[in-house]
Amino acid sequence: MNWFYFSSPTTFYGLAGRLAPWFFILAAALAVWGLYLGLLVAPTDAQQGEVYRVIFIHVPTAWMSMFLYFIMACYCGLTLVFNTRLSAMMARAIAPTGAMMTFIALWTGAFWGRPTWGTYWVWDARLTSELVLLFLYFGYMALANAFEDPRRGDRAAALLALIGVVNLPIIYFSVQWWNTLHQGSSVSFKGTSMHVTMLTGMLVMSASAWMYAIGASLVRVRSVILERERRAQWVRNLPEAA
Amino acid sequence: MKPRTRRAVAIVGGLAALGVAVALVLNAFQSNLVFFFTPTQVAKKEVPIDRNFRVGGLVEGGTVVRQKDALSVTFKITDGAQSVPVTYTGILPDLFKEGKGVVAEGRVGTDGTFRASQVLAKHDENYMPPEAAEALKQAGHPMAKENFAGQGSGGNKR
Repeated sequence: MNWFYFSSPTTFYGLAGRLAPWFFILAAALAVWGLYLGLLVAPTDAQQGEVYRVIFIHVPTAWMSMFLYFIMACYCGLTLVFNTRLSAMMARAIAPTGAMMTFIALWTGAFWGRPTWGTYWVWDARLTSELVLLFLYFGYMALANAFEDPRRGDRAAALLALIGVVNLPIIYFSVQWWNTLHQGSSVSFKGTSMHVTMLTGMLVMSASAWMYAIGASLVRVRSVILERERRAQWVRNLPEAA
Repeated sequence: MKPRTRRAVAIVGGLAALGVAVALVLNAFQSNLVFFFTPTQVAKKEVPIDRNFRVGGLVEGGTVVRQKDALSVTFKITDGAQSVPVTYTGILPDLFKEGKGVVAEGRVGTDGTFRASQVLAKHDENYMPPEAAEALKQAGHPMAKENFAGQGSGGNKR
């Protein structure tokens, strides 16, 4: 068996096209289940009332914003070390979804913060570092597209993405290292301080966000592949190119 | 070494160096990165005198007094060891309650009272239905005390 069969853009293009719909179907099914649990089954919170239900969007997107950055940085590392073409394209494909997840996390957090804390925004360590993550995504996308030669853009942006990795532990541990207005983690490797139905709903929504991110990245990487390889014979031979 | 091995070593080494540099910088700016000071720090005068800063802690039980005009309120912020008297005029957030987390921004007046220009509620990481909260309370579980666990006082106990 050839382990690197799908590491070629030509073969991965087809595989991504076949897989993407399944990930979207999974994402939709999990979202329906997760939102049902979160909005209809999960009990009201003792202190916050109903406004806490924003966690079913906020926490999954915040997790994904960090996780996607990590995956993107891994692809960037592969790009720099092995000079592989597909890994750079995958990194480019993930970035917009990651930026979107970051934005949703910040935005839902702001609308939760207003009634709960009494303010939309504070410059505490958690919120600020998450905002820096959004700018890192923007910077990655801008730099990747700033070069005439896309391969140079890949390498320059890959370096930026790798440097930005130091921000991930800062985001995650900010609530432990410093006094922040943002509360500490309700879910950690040591356990959880959440009611079980609330937790289940949140985890199901996280799985949904995960599936959506994979599906969206696969669809986007197909466009990147087509754009890069537009002069290649195999692209010209595609039925959709005719 | 193969070129790719060299590149891998350069990236891993570069990231490690960057990580150490960032850790040192963050460590040096530790005091600038805290969002609020504790009442103990206020009592020890470890806080800026001539500019605004924030005090965080729990609203001490039985100290909340609302004035006649209904918008002015006085209360005490405590961290268990020390407490700071606070006066504030304005709308309090929904989660403002005795025994719950709060962060007030302002400065200390000449009489030692903290004049807050903004009061924010600090939520804890516990999410539970009202019945569970009630059961915990009846069992004498110090839920509110854990509001600040994991923040400055060294880790959540559960």
